[in-house]
Amino acid sequence: MSWTAIFVLAAGAYAFKLAGVFGAGLIVPRRLERAVGLFPAALLPALAVVQTFSEGRALVLDERALGLAVAVALVVARAPLIAVMAAATALVRAL
Amino acid sequence: MIRNAIAISVAVGAFGVSFGVLATSAELSVAQAMAMSLLVFTGASQFAAVSVVAAGGALSAAVGSALLLAMRNTAYGLALAATLGGGTGRRALAAHLVVDETAAMALTQPSPDRRRRAFWLTAALLFSLWNAGTLIGALGAQRFGDPERLGLDVAFPAAFIALVAPQLRRAGARTAAALGVAIALVCVPFVPAGVPVIAAAAAAVVVGLRSSRRAAA
Repeated sequence: MSWTAIFVLAAGAYAFKLAGVFGAGLIVPRRLERAVGLFPAALLPALAVVQTFSEGRALVLDERALGLAVAVALVVARAPLIAVMAAATALVRAL
Repeated sequence: MIRNAIAISVAVGAFGVSFGVLATSAELSVAQAMAMSLLVFTGASQFAAVSVVAAGGALSAAVGSALLLAMRNTAYGLALAATLGGGTGRRALAAHLVVDETAAMALTQPSPDRRRRAFWLTAALLFSLWNAGTLIGALGAQRFGDPERLGLDVAFPAAFIALVAPQLRRAGARTAAALGVAIALVCVPFVPAGVPVIAAAAAAVVVGLRSSRRAAA
């Protein structure tokens, strides 16, 4: 990997981050403020599911699905975050 | 909050080690691997770029696929902007540290003060451990092994679900979550990695606009 590619990637990645942090007041019209407030609810479960059920462009079903199911069950039972992470990880490792 | 930040950051540190190993096996120098973790600082993008290089792909493809994965940080930044406040320099520093884990930790806190503290605390731990992990991996610590073998790849989905869960008690948020998951899964086979999660933001827009209209009516 060339240094140029690394710097292009670093600049691009930082530009995306800056666009969000500094762009909010400029590019978010008032009626979209509520939508931005819903970003965590919309993006985080989607991210979790994509990380669990996909491999590149393929949808996959493997032991991670069981790990996530256990995590969801523990979350519903109000287990603390560390317990949720540890149980899901331990289960996937055991399978 | 501190224990959660530590748990997430330790898991990220383990992935840092595997990034270091993968980077050097794709013939990046130790300095290049460190430059990526210090300057790009977006785990999924770094893995994507180095994987393309390791598979013999073109550099443009490596950078392109990495940037698609970095796009969602814009969405996190928009949501975090009100929390981060402060002067331009401070916000410019904060922007560099906006990634999945810092956004998830901060945006799921109940008050603005806790959001700010969660962001900076998680960012400090995460940045330190991700870079320490990268260095250890790049210096040839193959014996630490593959985090996937440790089951750690499910640790992040589990953590994101646990963090976002309290928000999902509200009906609108639940609808946005269900719609976001559906959109992302439907998109996976048809678009490059990174795009499905961005597409899920449409769920927030649809639900947000509908509830604004109802509030106005």
